[in-house]
Amino acid sequence: MKILLPYLKKPLVVIGVALSGGWLLVAFLAPILAPYDPLETLQPLARPMATGADGQLFVLGTDMLGRDILSRLIWGARTVVIYSTLATLTAYAFGMLFGLIAGYMGGRIDAALSFAANVVLSFPVLVLYIVIIVLIGASPLNIVIAVTFSSAPAIFRIVRGITMDVASRDYVAAAITQGESTWRILLVDILPNTTGPLAVDFCLRLGYTAITIGTLGFLGLGLPPPTPDWGGMVNEGRAMAIAFPHLVIFPCIAISSLTLGLSLLADGLREVNEAKERQA
Amino acid sequence: MTQPILHVRDLSVALPKGADRPFAVEGVTLEVNPAEILCIVGESGSGKSVLTATLMGAAPRGLRVARGQALMSDEDLLRVSERRWRDIRGKDIGMIFQEPMASLNPALTVAQQIEEVFELHSDLPRAERQRRARALVEEMHLPEPDRILRSYPHQLSGGQCQRVVIAMALAMSPRLLIADEPTTALDVTTQAQVLKLIRELRDHHGHGIIFITHDLGVVADIADRIAVMRQGQIVEIGSAEQVLKSPAHDYTKALIAAVPSLEPHDRPPAPAGASALRVDALNHSYGTKQVLHDIEIDLSPGRVLSIVGESGSGKSTIARNLIRLTDPSSGRVVVAGQEMLALKGGALRKMRRKIQMVFQDPFGSLNPRRKVGPMIARAAMLSGASRAEAIARTKDLLELVGLQRSAYDRRPAAFSGGQRQRIGIARALAMQPDVLIADESVSALDVSVQAQVLDLLADLQSRLSLAVVFITHDLRVAAQISDEIIVLSKGHVVERGPASAVLSAPQHPYTRDLLAAAPGRGVF
Repeated sequence: MKILLPYLKKPLVVIGVALSGGWLLVAFLAPILAPYDPLETLQPLARPMATGADGQLFVLGTDMLGRDILSRLIWGARTVVIYSTLATLTAYAFGMLFGLIAGYMGGRIDAALSFAANVVLSFPVLVLYIVIIVLIGASPLNIVIAVTFSSAPAIFRIVRGITMDVASRDYVAAAITQGESTWRILLVDILPNTTGPLAVDFCLRLGYTAITIGTLGFLGLGLPPPTPDWGGMVNEGRAMAIAFPHLVIFPCIAISSLTLGLSLLADGLREVNEAKERQA
Repeated sequence: MTQPILHVRDLSVALPKGADRPFAVEGVTLEVNPAEILCIVGESGSGKSVLTATLMGAAPRGLRVARGQALMSDEDLLRVSERRWRDIRGKDIGMIFQEPMASLNPALTVAQQIEEVFELHSDLPRAERQRRARALVEEMHLPEPDRILRSYPHQLSGGQCQRVVIAMALAMSPRLLIADEPTTALDVTTQAQVLKLIRELRDHHGHGIIFITHDLGVVADIADRIAVMRQGQIVEIGSAEQVLKSPAHDYTKALIAAVPSLEPHDRPPAPAGASALRVDALNHSYGTKQVLHDIEIDLSPGRVLSIVGESGSGKSTIARNLIRLTDPSSGRVVVAGQEMLALKGGALRKMRRKIQMVFQDPFGSLNPRRKVGPMIARAAMLSGASRAEAIARTKDLLELVGLQRSAYDRRPAAFSGGQRQRIGIARALAMQPDVLIADESVSALDVSVQAQVLDLLADLQSRLSLAVVFITHDLRVAAQISDEIIVLSKGHVVERGPASAVLSAPQHPYTRDLLAAAPGRGVF
């Protein structure tokens, strides 16, 4: 609790925690919170707050297949939370592994890894996603692979930079002169000292990934229907958005509130980190 | 009686809530007279820098002047507007900072930077500005003034840069000059020249000078009056003679006692027998630039060798070669009978424990994320101890270096600079090395702490019969701890011998220059 205190003093951080934590909770409690089955056809194109034939209340209305939008948003939260977290974590696993190696070893290993990363980074991100998904097909696993492949190089570059800085500290020299193994130096002396800036990037990247999954859904390259998916919902409602704006507005609000929450959280983390560094 | 230039009365600067004391500066009263150098001396955290920053109208963020006055010609500096400050700075008060490179603009030539001062504070025509800039550069005894004026800061040495900074501070002939550790970043021989220059300025122009320093040797060389600060308060103020010769306050006495003497102790000659460390014909090059030339070292167990040199002499490169952080271009390093440079991989890792290093920066040499005990115990285990042995050895070592056993479960952030250096020593000793290398291991410490760490090193060295290579720029420190001294200049050993011989009868001109430049000779 003491560690969290400086974070909770900033109003923006509190909003960030509330938004992202709120969605996390929604995802966790989806079976309890959702009023209906997200896949069940109830009554097509009901307006928000409309009452159905059997007396059901559709708080956010229904889509053209008659599925309850609130329930789909709630279940969709679960999709986006699970897959963006999973994808960001795997991207981090690869990015950090190679970043540590390149930053510490330097020389040819660094040159080769950096070249590979730059090649991937030179593609426009969206094009890259589309190419990958088209090549390997749309499935939950493949979305994770696509995000990992396109985010890992950026993480690699950040980790490589921090590693080069930390590797020049005397405590790393001390570990070398003690005869410590390279792996242990990387894991005990370098890795734990890179985490401050990485925590900030992690939150931001989680938000980007949520947008990415939304974008892929919107392009029809996301999770195969009928899985509830925010981007997919916008895509399906697009054609009738003028007559029935509720089809797209609510999923859009969901995507942006989650990303906003994560960005605010990242900002707060950065401020507190900087304050800590100033003190030290 | 002349009117003082600056009169500070009962000045207190409040620290933010939650700091370790309520005031950074508390109840300070002092005056600066024309043609006088007032030295403010104190250790880190004494408030000396906050005091001068406040007098320059640049108190660090979060600090607040609580009460007091700083009168300069009846104007209270603590209450003038930021607009007025822009007039005062440069014109009435000149400033010199510790890092000369950082106080100059790297994108402008020396001439442009000096002329800019005239542009800001006068309406002199361009030709006159140029003439005066040149005159200033000449007055600073800078060689080849025309070349210097055309140069950018990176083309000059640290000492030359500091003289340019002084020239800029003096451009408008300010009545008061504030110098915050102006020679700390310089080599001793350069420092001696800059100190001489500052004394000249006082004599010729009658500036009042506030000179902040932590170095009592420098104080002895330059001060007319001395103010000793401790925890924000002036504990003693008086003429240089009086404060240095008959200090009244216990703290001043302790500070003076802690200054290491240039007189070496008598040491027995080297015992015959196998050497702990032998270095033959060690050469090192960075690209085509050779930085070490045929270095030879022969050190017996239980002996201390100091390698003394200025920045760029190659002394740290020797240290890094010995512990194989970098490999030399050629040569032999034999530790405890084992040729080190031929070793690779696992064999090298095993032999590394025989030669250990204590690093310079107490804040950079300990991993901030690891607890102190496990960090030291890990070193012990790497040298072959079992887990239980390692923990027992760690606890003994913590006691041996003068730390509480409770230090075991704390992280480095909980310790002061001197304590961290003790932890670094314990970590190196946990491997039970034959040779210990101390690379400027006490130079980042306050003088009283420095004395304690030096005593600790000397004590451990004799008790454990360690061979110690002590790398330093400070002859006083070398005099205190060494059996033998090597003087290094531009990668060449210019003089070597028993400490007493090198210090009392130096043979090489460079050694004589170094000795002559040591601040505070004749007083300490």
